[in-house]
Amino acid sequence: MNQNRIVINGHTCDFDQGETILDVATRHNIYIPTLCHLKGSTPTGACRICVVEVQGRNDLVASCATPASNQMIIKTESPKVITYRKAILGLMLASGNHNCAIGSSKEESWTEFQIATLNNDYSEDLCPAWGDCELQNLAYRYQVVGRQNSHFGEAQSEESSSSMIAPEINNPFIIRDSSRCILCGRCVAACNEVQVNRAIDFGYRGNESKIIAGADDSLRHSDCVFCGQCVQVCPVGALVEKKALGHGRPWETEKIRTTCPYCGVGCQQLLHVKDNKIVKVTGVEDGSPNKGRLCVKGRFGYDFIYSKERLKTPLIRENGELRPASWDEALNLVAQKFTQIIQESGSDALAGVSCARSINEDSYQMQKLFRAVFKTNNIDHCART
Amino acid sequence: MTNSFGEFAKAKMFLVIGSNMTEAHPVAATFLKNAVQNGAGLIVIDPRRHKLVEFAQTHLPLKVGSDIALLNGIMHVLIKENLYDKQFVESFCTGFDELKATVMRYTPEAAGEISGIEPEMIVKVARELASIKPVMVCYTLGITEHTCGKNNVMSVANLQMLLGNMGVECGGVNPLRGQNNVQGACDMGALPNVFPGYQAVGDINARKKFETAWQVTNLPAHNGLMIPQMMDGLVNGKVRGFYIFGENLANTEPDIHKVEHELSSAEFLVVQDIFENETTRFAHVVFPAAAWSENDGTFTNSERRVSRVRTASPPPGYAQPNWWIFKQIAKRMGHNWKSDSAQELWDNEISVLAPNLGGVKYYRIEDDGLQWPCPTINHPGTPILHTNGRFTSGKGNFAPVEWTPPAEVPDEEYPFVLSTGRRLYHYHTRTQTGRCDGLNEMLGEETADISIGDAYKMGIKQDEYIKVRSRRGEVRVKARVTPEMPDGMVWMAFHFREGNSNWLTNPAFDPNTLTAEYKACAVAVEKISA
Repeated sequence: MNQNRIVINGHTCDFDQGETILDVATRHNIYIPTLCHLKGSTPTGACRICVVEVQGRNDLVASCATPASNQMIIKTESPKVITYRKAILGLMLASGNHNCAIGSSKEESWTEFQIATLNNDYSEDLCPAWGDCELQNLAYRYQVVGRQNSHFGEAQSEESSSSMIAPEINNPFIIRDSSRCILCGRCVAACNEVQVNRAIDFGYRGNESKIIAGADDSLRHSDCVFCGQCVQVCPVGALVEKKALGHGRPWETEKIRTTCPYCGVGCQQLLHVKDNKIVKVTGVEDGSPNKGRLCVKGRFGYDFIYSKERLKTPLIRENGELRPASWDEALNLVAQKFTQIIQESGSDALAGVSCARSINEDSYQMQKLFRAVFKTNNIDHCART
Repeated sequence: MTNSFGEFAKAKMFLVIGSNMTEAHPVAATFLKNAVQNGAGLIVIDPRRHKLVEFAQTHLPLKVGSDIALLNGIMHVLIKENLYDKQFVESFCTGFDELKATVMRYTPEAAGEISGIEPEMIVKVARELASIKPVMVCYTLGITEHTCGKNNVMSVANLQMLLGNMGVECGGVNPLRGQNNVQGACDMGALPNVFPGYQAVGDINARKKFETAWQVTNLPAHNGLMIPQMMDGLVNGKVRGFYIFGENLANTEPDIHKVEHELSSAEFLVVQDIFENETTRFAHVVFPAAAWSENDGTFTNSERRVSRVRTASPPPGYAQPNWWIFKQIAKRMGHNWKSDSAQELWDNEISVLAPNLGGVKYYRIEDDGLQWPCPTINHPGTPILHTNGRFTSGKGNFAPVEWTPPAEVPDEEYPFVLSTGRRLYHYHTRTQTGRCDGLNEMLGEETADISIGDAYKMGIKQDEYIKVRSRRGEVRVKARVTPEMPDGMVWMAFHFREGNSNWLTNPAFDPNTLTAEYKACAVAVEKISA
């Protein structure tokens, strides 16, 4: 008899011992929505969005925390599951400042709201995660109506106004807006189990429950090292990159994969580029070697390339001062001078230092210039430091 | 690295020596911390109690520059107590008797005397290292930036061969490279003794190969100069034309006064960079170059992985890719080179000429890169070197080494030892990170890290400006009083011009590699009277 098989939505799927229902489904390209789930960390089952129906059980089970067992028959989108997910989403939308107004198209002011906010990207009214929010996507998928009253003109309910907390902005990299937090705990897992910086955690209990940094201080005054992994995993707008704010919405940016220019780990990055400008950097999920992780320099150290101080033209020293020159003038001068030195003193009177920061092709080209053209092996770089 | 970052999270045991990984290689450190959280062991050997020590089962705070004595002491115990991997040593290594003769003189007591580590701890760590297989050894510049840097590396390799930890998953000798492409610059032959792919310039066959490929004759057969020799040459006139590409030597080399004298002596200095910096002040010609995200190309990381770099935006003004600039100079000296893009350079030249890179082509590294050796187009790359005991040169050769002290040790006049390195929020001389929003806000100036005990003795308060002096120079710098530091030691970085540790560091070099002793010199610390 076949062992280790389960049936999901009528499809027979094999599984390895220890795999969760979610693992098996994902591997077989069957979509189960998740919010708290973070690959590589301990499942918490906190958000309950990934619930599925298992034949023979009355309760719905969290697929991220339930191991697959032989002959399970599972439905991931049964009416019962959908009703449950809608209820969860409704509670989440009501619990905080989720003013994306998804599903509230019955309201007359929805269009007005949308136009107004899209026209003004700096709008405090529009969530910075708008269009890149997993909660918003799910609310749309399951047609859950969020806040009933419009954001414009009408008074907010007592509950929602009490959830308005001023965002934490006292550091240069991360904006932390607890009012948009759904307490999924992904940031806590990213900080404690992925990056292991142990700066943030759940704090308080029940209705008071929230994510705290240190002893409920700001990130700046905690053990936070601003790797920004929490921002990368946050499914909503509770954690966003400060430097990216107002510089492009997710659908406007092209994502270009590249390699980090700092240390020798060689982390794979996605550059989010709008109008020829990097507006944000994230780690390439599953890319080797970093598996989506970055550090503070890799994530936030990209804007030096746009500095006004960049060298833009060749320079030649004249009367003690460097003055701008054309490429032809500068290149001719260097070629003439080097030729003259070789003629007068031999090839070994030239020496060069290559760059351990630049691409392979540049170092190859420089040593070729020294060896094939200048005829000297006087080429080195900071290889041993 | 003989092994790969992907193995970190699975490893059972680590020995980290001379590596402040959480600050200098933060993402690598995350995988190591994951392993420790899953039960792996971690032994940290470092004078400082840095962040990684929080995760360690054992920390050996050795005296600066005593690594060889300590490692020889550990190997002494392994041999004396018969804890080493006899089968591995007999099958795959040579020179064991010589190693044994040397390390037998380093009893735990003798090694303890030099390193400041209790003999019992040396015995304990040796037993710990032998109790679990394999052990993954990671090191960084704390090993190499000494006058005995090469010997330090030999010592680490001796230990791993003795333990039989070479050529296996989650083992090996793993230097975490400092710069994004320092591995690649070596692979490309930006070294005075080898062509691309480590083919010796002294080898006539190698020269013939490159003469044919480059369509030239008479490639030079003798090794060229290393950086410190070039710098000497600027002063004695042997080097008349000097070309610096993307290095801020004026701030990164030891003894800034000396370096600036050398650079100012240059008859003709060409600097190619993305910013004016301390080094361009001495240049006669400056070429503006395209930066990281302004051209296509490849970087090779510490684990020998060749990964793509891609263009996100055009370079500013008239700045050009570096390879284009070199090509233009060649053209003006009578050489017309064909390759006209990074991809052409890689696919048609580099991968053709460097045997280990023969199978690496741009189309194969669109997503994850490939780790060399990757000799053929169907080769999957090599995450682990020397598997099944196959060392590059046949058998693994033990190279016993004797401990030697740093070139300059503390004395009455300069009673502290200064060691240097990098901090999390900046990179080298800040030409890049100093121009990124936020990073200066996180770390705005240099500090001198000193112990709580020393601060107390000298009446120095946190953040108070102090003077640090060496035989080469002095700086005024903020004191950072921290439990990370042992008494008698100062630790500084080289990110800022003001308070840069290289005003103080000693231009003494390893005799083989000419690596400077950035990790040890003698300094005095003084309170600045109000």
